[in-house]
Amino acid sequence: MPDWTAIRHDFPILNQEVQGHPLIYFDNAATSQKPRQVIDALVHYYEHDNANVHRGLHELSNRATDAYEESRRKVARFLNATEEEMIFTRGATEGINLVAQSWGRANLKPGDVILLTEMEHHSNLVPWQLVAAQTGAELKHVPVTDEGILDLDAFNSLLTEQVKLFAFVHVSNSLGTINPAQQLIAQAHAVGAKVLLDGAQSAGHMPVDVKDLDCDFYVLSGHKMCAPTGIGALYVRGSVLADMPPWQGGGEMIVRVQFSSSTFKEGPARFEAGTPDISGAIVLGTAIDYLESIGREAIAAHDADLAQHALARMSEIEGIRIFGPKTERGALVAFALEGAHPHDLTTFANTQGLALRGGHHCTQPLMRKFKVPSTSRASFYFYNTKDEIDRMIDILQDARKFFAP
Amino acid sequence: MNDELRDLYQSVILDHSRKPRNFGELHGDGCVHVHGDNPSCGDEIDVYLKLNAGKIEDIKFNGQGCAISQASASMMTQKIKGKAREEATKMATVFRGIVTGKDRQLAEEEELGELILLEGVQHFPQRVKCAMLSWRALEQALNEKAGTVSTEELGD
Repeated sequence: MPDWTAIRHDFPILNQEVQGHPLIYFDNAATSQKPRQVIDALVHYYEHDNANVHRGLHELSNRATDAYEESRRKVARFLNATEEEMIFTRGATEGINLVAQSWGRANLKPGDVILLTEMEHHSNLVPWQLVAAQTGAELKHVPVTDEGILDLDAFNSLLTEQVKLFAFVHVSNSLGTINPAQQLIAQAHAVGAKVLLDGAQSAGHMPVDVKDLDCDFYVLSGHKMCAPTGIGALYVRGSVLADMPPWQGGGEMIVRVQFSSSTFKEGPARFEAGTPDISGAIVLGTAIDYLESIGREAIAAHDADLAQHALARMSEIEGIRIFGPKTERGALVAFALEGAHPHDLTTFANTQGLALRGGHHCTQPLMRKFKVPSTSRASFYFYNTKDEIDRMIDILQDARKFFAP
Repeated sequence: MNDELRDLYQSVILDHSRKPRNFGELHGDGCVHVHGDNPSCGDEIDVYLKLNAGKIEDIKFNGQGCAISQASASMMTQKIKGKAREEATKMATVFRGIVTGKDRQLAEEEELGELILLEGVQHFPQRVKCAMLSWRALEQALNEKAGTVSTEELGD
């Protein structure tokens, strides 16, 4: 078993006081903190190897290019893909937009259905709204039950041959639900649909094997898995990638440019126009090394342990409503506390050093469905502890006394 | 308990948020309804204004939101009922100064009575939109323009 205490010490930011109290960082679903190894790798890159990639003929450019491509291989191995199937992006949002604008615009037409779910983040709703308006395809949404899981009967009846793309979240950022991805993907493939899996909340939290899941597209955000902001990755199944036109034009992605037309590279390079986030991509590789040194099975087990402890302790609080499944769930708990609006609660918690999220979590339609304008959310990562959760319980109890009439 | 927090949530503010005054709706001739939306948190407030000969004859609000937005709306309705349109517009400007801490008009602030208790909001910049939500809706209603306003559209 990993030494979780030693691991926590890898994160310099956690060792500080906020408003006179030890920081309790429970906003990991928004962004994770970064271990010293990643921060050091970033500094090392800029102190020793910084240069542009793929075009220089000098030593530094060669080093930067080698490290950049080595990182692509690491991300590919991390997901059990090949490096020809891994595109660097700014994050999960850009990955979804890329698929929508490249694959979607080339393949969708009036009469086609883009199937989404009611628990999607805005990043997996709005890009499809844009491409639906551009292509005439229709949007449909798999309903969410009161328990916070997908309505599988409704899913079955929504799965028709008109469905050309099914895009859904692996782990919900506002409910914590872990969707049965493999089963849903197989069902969607049975009607001929391509499937995009939004891995923003899963990639850094559990083992992910895109070949085993059998998805056609998988997106992740580096900053939610110990890497910096501004870097992410998109997996596209090789046979699908071959048919995708460019979505952004510029340097790096071309073979030959003339004034009126150009030809484009094959593979990931076709989708990486302009100078990429080189340092970000390289240290995404460092973050992956770090996560693998702990082990994703161990991280997933630790997540589950924290989530179950939080659920049990939070259920003791009078007037609390907890959203999402009661059993298996990702490392987060969204809740509403009677008499304490999420904004007030977040402000209160902040004065005690506790970083919570209060708001709609970029899932406004889902909030409307549950008839709340917003919720509070505590989201954990492997460096968090049960002791921190216990301290959160005390703070929530104090807040309830403070705000409740 | 942190002093700034006590300052932000004074008992008068919590009382207004728990028991909002002038809570409800107004319909009929001369009534303007403006829906105020704070997309950053999902809070929504509806302000109903009845103007008569340039005066605010009646005002009500409803909706849900945090203690700050509810208290601000409740105190606002009490303060501006019966005031002339120009006075209410001026009060909105003065109130903005109180909660943002910028362009304060100290001489005029006395007019706002207990609304000055929301002064603590200036130490919580992310909460200014909460305090301003109902006032933004009021400003639009005073121009007799029914519809929706969003705290994202202007610089609050």
